[in-house]
Formats: sequence, C-alpha cells, structure tokens
Amino acid sequence: MLRCFSRFYRAASSTGLRAYTPAVERKKFYQNVSISQGEGGFEINLDRKKLKTPQGKLFTVPSEPLAIAVATEWDSQRDSIKSYTMHLTTLCNTALDNPTQRNKEQFIRAALKFLDTDTVCYRVEEPPGLVELQTNEWDPVINWAEKRYDVSIGSSTSIMGPHIPAETKEAFMKHLASYNMWALLGLEYIIVQLKSMVLTMGLVDRYLTVERAVLLSRLEEEYQIQRWGKVEWAHDYDLQELRSRTAAGTLFVHFCSESSTVKHKLLQN
Amino acid sequence: MAAPLGSPVRTLRAVFRELRHVNGASGLPYRDTAAYRYIREQFHRNRVTGEKLCRAQHELHFQAATYLCLLRSVREHLALHQEYHSKGERSPEDVAGLVGLKLPQQPGGKGWEQ
Repeated sequence: MLRCFSRFYRAASSTGLRAYTPAVERKKFYQNVSISQGEGGFEINLDRKKLKTPQGKLFTVPSEPLAIAVATEWDSQRDSIKSYTMHLTTLCNTALDNPTQRNKEQFIRAALKFLDTDTVCYRVEEPPGLVELQTNEWDPVINWAEKRYDVSIGSSTSIMGPHIPAETKEAFMKHLASYNMWALLGLEYIIVQLKSMVLTMGLVDRYLTVERAVLLSRLEEEYQIQRWGKVEWAHDYDLQELRSRTAAGTLFVHFCSESSTVKHKLLQN
Repeated sequence: MAAPLGSPVRTLRAVFRELRHVNGASGLPYRDTAAYRYIREQFHRNRVTGEKLCRAQHELHFQAATYLCLLRSVREHLALHQEYHSKGERSPEDVAGLVGLKLPQQPGGKGWEQ
C-alpha cells in the first residue's frame, strides 16, 4: 500500500501534477447507447455491453425517463468520458452501490440535520442592503414551507441559529419517511448542494424552479458580486455547477418517487 | 402555489435545442434519440387531455424546465471547465493575463543585470 502510494507520489511529482490537476479521463470506448428493459428495471447498453456500477453491479434503474436521461448523458460524451458532467449517472451509481451502507433512517437523519443550520434561517444584521434582500427573498419561502407543512420554522440573527421546535422536526421526519430510498438519496443530495432543507422542499414540491432555488441559496454571494464584481472562472463556474447538480437531484427525486409514477399511469387511462 | 414557468412551447423548443447540441457527439439526427421521442410523446399526450389535468401539465412542464436547466448548465459548466480548469496550473504570464495585467518586460531577458 505504502509502496503503491509512494510510486504514485513519485509519478505525480515527476510530471509536475498538483492537487488541482484534473483526473485522467477515460477514452470513449463505445459508439451506440441503447436502453433495454430487464427484470430489475431499465438497463443501459454501451454497444453490446451492459453498463455496470463502480462496484460491478448491473446498472439498472426503476424509471424509464431516468434511464433515458442517463443514456443521453453517455451519448453526449465526445472523445473522453467526463464523469463530472454525468450527475444522474453518479446518483444512480450511488443508489445502486450505496457505498456508505446507510439505511433509510440514516438518510432521513442526515437530511434533517441541515434544518438546524438552514441557509434561509440564518440572517445577518448588516449591511442593511443584504438584510433587506434576505427578508424580501427568504421570508416568503419560509412562510410557504410553514403553511405547506403546518409547522413553525422562523429565522434568527444569532450565531447559534434559529430554534427549530421538536414538532417541526417530527413533521419533516414523517414526511421524509414517505419517500423511498432512491428519492431520499436525491433529496439529501439537493439539501447538501443548497445547504437548505426549506429550499429543497420548495424545489421538490415545484414551488421554486431550480434557477430560483439556486439564486436563493447563493443570495449573499450574489449580493457581494453585485457590489464587488464577478469573475467567471470562479463565480460562474460555481453557479453552473450548483445549478446542474441541483437540477439533476430534482429530476432524480421526481423520477424515483412513486407518486409521480402513479400519476403517469392514471394519465394513460 | 406553483413556480411560474412561462410558456411550455418555449421550454420545449429550448430543450430540443440543447438536445441537438448534445447530440452532435453521436452523429445521429437528434430527432431519432430516445430523449427527443419521450419528451415529445409526453407533451403530446398532455396536450390532448385538456384542462382537466392542468396539475399534471404543470408537473410535466416543471420537469421539462428542470431538464433544460440540467442540460444548459452542464454545457456551460463544461465550457468554463475547459477554458479555465482543465489544463492544470497556468504559467505566471497566463495568470497575470487573466486579471488584465502584464509581467514586466526585461530588456535583456531574465537576469540580464549580472
């Protein structure tokens, strides 16, 4: 192990690689991407080979639109496979392999942890422009969530954050328990991106669009950009990455939650 | 209460535009792709069902708008990545150039004083 590491280190130092050097991308090894329906769900075929997860399991997803979106990701790769652009594939791999071996309860607890430090509940006392912006933009979302889930959330300017009543957590816990494992994984993924449970619920309930939720999550940054200027290799880069990850998470939750599938079937009749 | 999304036709057109862009890689006409056919079919099915299912209509439109956001932001992120972050570390001259500065020129090259 140590030898392996030192060899890697030597190789890295001799070619002058540093921490920021991008990982080597695999060459594109297939031409055609197709979808087939197997026993466990929908599978992706790269030429004649079936796509596998990093742990070697068969890649199979429960919903057709999800399979189509994943296939489109593979189809859109040009000369090399850029895995950092394939958020839906990544999410499916995580759901199939479950590398951290977590169960449903652990997923729910991990998601709920963010409620205590929710971005939209932390407020500043100065500068006045930002205070006003936070009140105008974040309050309506909190009000919506309080009404929608019949809970009290509130906001605070204290460094300790707002006090979230136990009943609120209880209510969200019950609500989250109604999602399946895949949808929960997607939910937690969005929460971690946006650093906000309230915004995530607004997104999943289709009260906010992805662009709006991302804007609200980055409100202070946007304020500072307006004041101090923007550099595209940092601000725009982060913005596009956050948007793409959030959009992928939202689609993933919607594709994987049973309620939308049921509605589809009703529609067909 | 639902998020305002604008016109569905516009969203649909924008999604197709992105798909066409994405599909430049495989050479196949984008109208033959599974994504194009699926989205078209969904929108078509919703149109004929009329106003009774406006909730489902909004859901579908929301999904299309989310997918549009995904395709668009992945494309823009990749472009920025290739422009700024894919080539590893920059030389001092490049870094200076990024912020609109130039390194001082020394008439006899570096170390000419000695």
